[in-house]
Amino acid sequence: MQFSGGMRKKLRLGGDQRKASYPHSLQFYLEPPSENISLIEFESLAIDRVKLLKAVENLGVSYVKGIEPYQSKLENEIRRLKFSFRESLEDEYEPRRKDHISHFILRLAYCQSEDLRRWFIQQEMDLLRFRFSILPKDKIRNFLKDSHLQFEAIPFADALDLFRGRKVYLEGGFAYVPLRDIVAIVLNEFRAKLSKALALTARSLPAVQSDERLQPLLNHLSHSYTGQDYTIQKNAGKISLDQIDSLSTKSFPPCMRQLHKALRENHHLRHGGRMQYGLFLKGIGLTLEQALQFWKQEFIRGKMDPDKFDKGYSYNIRHSFGKEGKRTDYTPFSCLKIILTNPPGQGDYHGCPFRHSDPELLKQKLQSYKISPAGINQILDLVKGTHYQVACQKYFEMIHNVDDCGFSLNHPNQFFFESQRILNGSKDIRKESIQPETPQPKPSVQKTKDASSALAYLNSSLEMDMEGLEDYFSE
Amino acid sequence: MATYDPAELPELLKLYYRRLFPYAQYYRWLNYGGVIKNYFQHREFSFTLKDDIYIRYQSFSNQRDLEKEMQKMNPYKIDIGAVYSHRPNQHNTVKLGAFQAQEKELVFDIDMTDYDDVRRCCSSADICSKCWTLMTMAIHIIDRALKEDFGFKHRLWVYSGRRGVHCWVCDESVRKLSSAVRSGIVEYLSLVKGGQDVKKKVHLSEKIHPFVSKSINIIKKYFEEYALVDQDILENKETWDKILALVPETIHEKLQQNFQKHHNSLQRWECLKKAISSQDIKNDKCGHWLELEIMLQYCFPRLDINVSKGINHLLKSPFSVHPKTGRISVPIDLQKVDQFDPFTVPTISSVCHELDAVSTNDEGKEGNEAESDIKHRTRDYKKTSLAPYIKVFEQFLENLDKSRKGELLKKSDLQKDF
Repeated sequence: MQFSGGMRKKLRLGGDQRKASYPHSLQFYLEPPSENISLIEFESLAIDRVKLLKAVENLGVSYVKGIEPYQSKLENEIRRLKFSFRESLEDEYEPRRKDHISHFILRLAYCQSEDLRRWFIQQEMDLLRFRFSILPKDKIRNFLKDSHLQFEAIPFADALDLFRGRKVYLEGGFAYVPLRDIVAIVLNEFRAKLSKALALTARSLPAVQSDERLQPLLNHLSHSYTGQDYTIQKNAGKISLDQIDSLSTKSFPPCMRQLHKALRENHHLRHGGRMQYGLFLKGIGLTLEQALQFWKQEFIRGKMDPDKFDKGYSYNIRHSFGKEGKRTDYTPFSCLKIILTNPPGQGDYHGCPFRHSDPELLKQKLQSYKISPAGINQILDLVKGTHYQVACQKYFEMIHNVDDCGFSLNHPNQFFFESQRILNGSKDIRKESIQPETPQPKPSVQKTKDASSALAYLNSSLEMDMEGLEDYFSE
Repeated sequence: MATYDPAELPELLKLYYRRLFPYAQYYRWLNYGGVIKNYFQHREFSFTLKDDIYIRYQSFSNQRDLEKEMQKMNPYKIDIGAVYSHRPNQHNTVKLGAFQAQEKELVFDIDMTDYDDVRRCCSSADICSKCWTLMTMAIHIIDRALKEDFGFKHRLWVYSGRRGVHCWVCDESVRKLSSAVRSGIVEYLSLVKGGQDVKKKVHLSEKIHPFVSKSINIIKKYFEEYALVDQDILENKETWDKILALVPETIHEKLQQNFQKHHNSLQRWECLKKAISSQDIKNDKCGHWLELEIMLQYCFPRLDINVSKGINHLLKSPFSVHPKTGRISVPIDLQKVDQFDPFTVPTISSVCHELDAVSTNDEGKEGNEAESDIKHRTRDYKKTSLAPYIKVFEQFLENLDKSRKGELLKKSDLQKDF
């Protein structure tokens, strides 16, 4: 994706051309926008769409989709944020244009990780489904025709699952999908295309991120609006240091349990272990002050000089809390990251025991944790099948004495959270989504510097080159 | 008509294979215009010989070869299988795994024994004019769907020789269909589900698919005469109890009383319809649906999925003889389905007898053996009751030819464009 200078496409739309460019109230977002917009508009369009998608998410959680009051509430939101929704309205050009451009901007922001993509696709699909549901029947045909969808008459041999149960009408060897089922097919198509597009977008993201005007905006968007993450210190200060020992056996996943044990025994951890364990502790609620105290205490027991700690290690700890240097607030490692990157070497205690421990040693470890032989065998079987996270889930089930842990494990902090939930019957239960790995820049000196240069241009119409985007989004 | 005696079969078959079997038409069919190389040569046939000796993987180089072998082996039964990747009679020489069934017609086998739970007149291998209507309805329903819903053009319906009918769908694209799609087609055509332990075998969804409604319309034409008169399904307590087992218990008592008051199945059926649609039933879909479900359970076609789904499945060949009944598996004229009477289908003894009568008249005409044989054969079947059936077959072959020519024209047109 080229955001460099070079050829700039300028498109001035006038009069009737406006209607022609957006003939329908909803769209498949097949073609990226090719006009120029100011940075201000770029940001405001994006933020409005994020608000809209958040509304879509919330309404979808609180009400049953497809019926009242979901329908009218969502319509109100769309109206309020001035996005397009009604086919029959007179001048829908502006709302549709807004819809179009804002969608593509958000692709840039939300293509960066699997979780972001999933969220984005889900909300966009719900939005499309809603718009489809209020489209009058005759308009549906037109929209679908223009979307170049090949669905109407499918040769029956290609539509096996549709015709075998007599779900569709067959005539002359073709399956005709009824209008109501078209929604499902349309949505599927949409999801497939969008998913592919996001993958492509992500590949070209480095070029986008190097654009100083866009990077802070895009990152801010995805950071603020995907909901809960483990760096927002909701639990900050709720854990006291003297609880950690008991917590490590009751609620820590084995990777952290072993790190803690190693730290206590050796009064030291190497860098990999410090990162993995330190960030985990931050995620469970340790404040910076607590973390500094915790590590210092332990390292001093290892006969480390307190000054040396202050000079060397404390800087790193503050750094990982985002208080130094780049001020990147690092996020605790997910299971995938721990399993796939930075395997432990001799003298290391980090990594994933299910992945990185020799099965014999793992078995001994589990025995020392008092896991039943049957449970150990199940875990070892799962490990053999490379199902490390499921093996960890099994461990969770064994130590908490439950049949089904009730969640799909992909983060050590999730393990901790779920464990505490069971042990404390905690009431403020909200499914916390996992923060992606990308470092999030906090408002800092660095940004202001970039922003000020951007600000300098704010009042004039900044031209942003979207050319090249096309190549990546077209089939 | 001469009565058939199974003991005479070997002799009769000798005559049949020498003078009556329509080799030319048969080859014309399975060769499919010679468009695909070795299509006929790679076709599997199986023979059942005297004393139940069964041999598979028979294949032939051409019509003459087929003829010679059949005359030599005198098979009691002939089955047709798939077109394979290699000549079936050489399959042992092929590398393991390389010998594969590649194409075959889509076939259906509708067997009267599958209806034993709903026909009173006969059971197992027996058939009579009263229950034959089931086959008539089946042919109408299935053929309509194959033709209109699936767009299949070349459908050959054949009397199996004893208690059912077969259908061979021969369209070029159909011969290439996968096993999965074949299964899907059978599924599409199926409504009656469940074995002995299932009482109610038909459950309609709230939205009735056009295939079902069109099938019901066909059944409605025959239902009164077939079910209420011929089968007399509400004749007495024993029979109407079976129907009551399909309706909610809440109306059983009332119906038992009402049934007693009436004299025949027609009247009782009206009672039943009224009772079902009354308010007494608390069902999500009662009334009309239930009435249809009963009709369908008694009349709707029952297909054997195993026959249709396998590409390598072997099915009885048209024009082969049924050893038990002596009847020849003849094509059924789709224009005259309602008039088809299995009891008037020629048996091998009757056609041989007819042939003898003809030959006596022709005695004295000279010419060498082979020549007069061929001459005879081309005239022979025409003088027997086999003639009209072979005509039906020839019409079917004509249509195949026409289609093929049409396809070739289309292809050459496309090429000309370049």
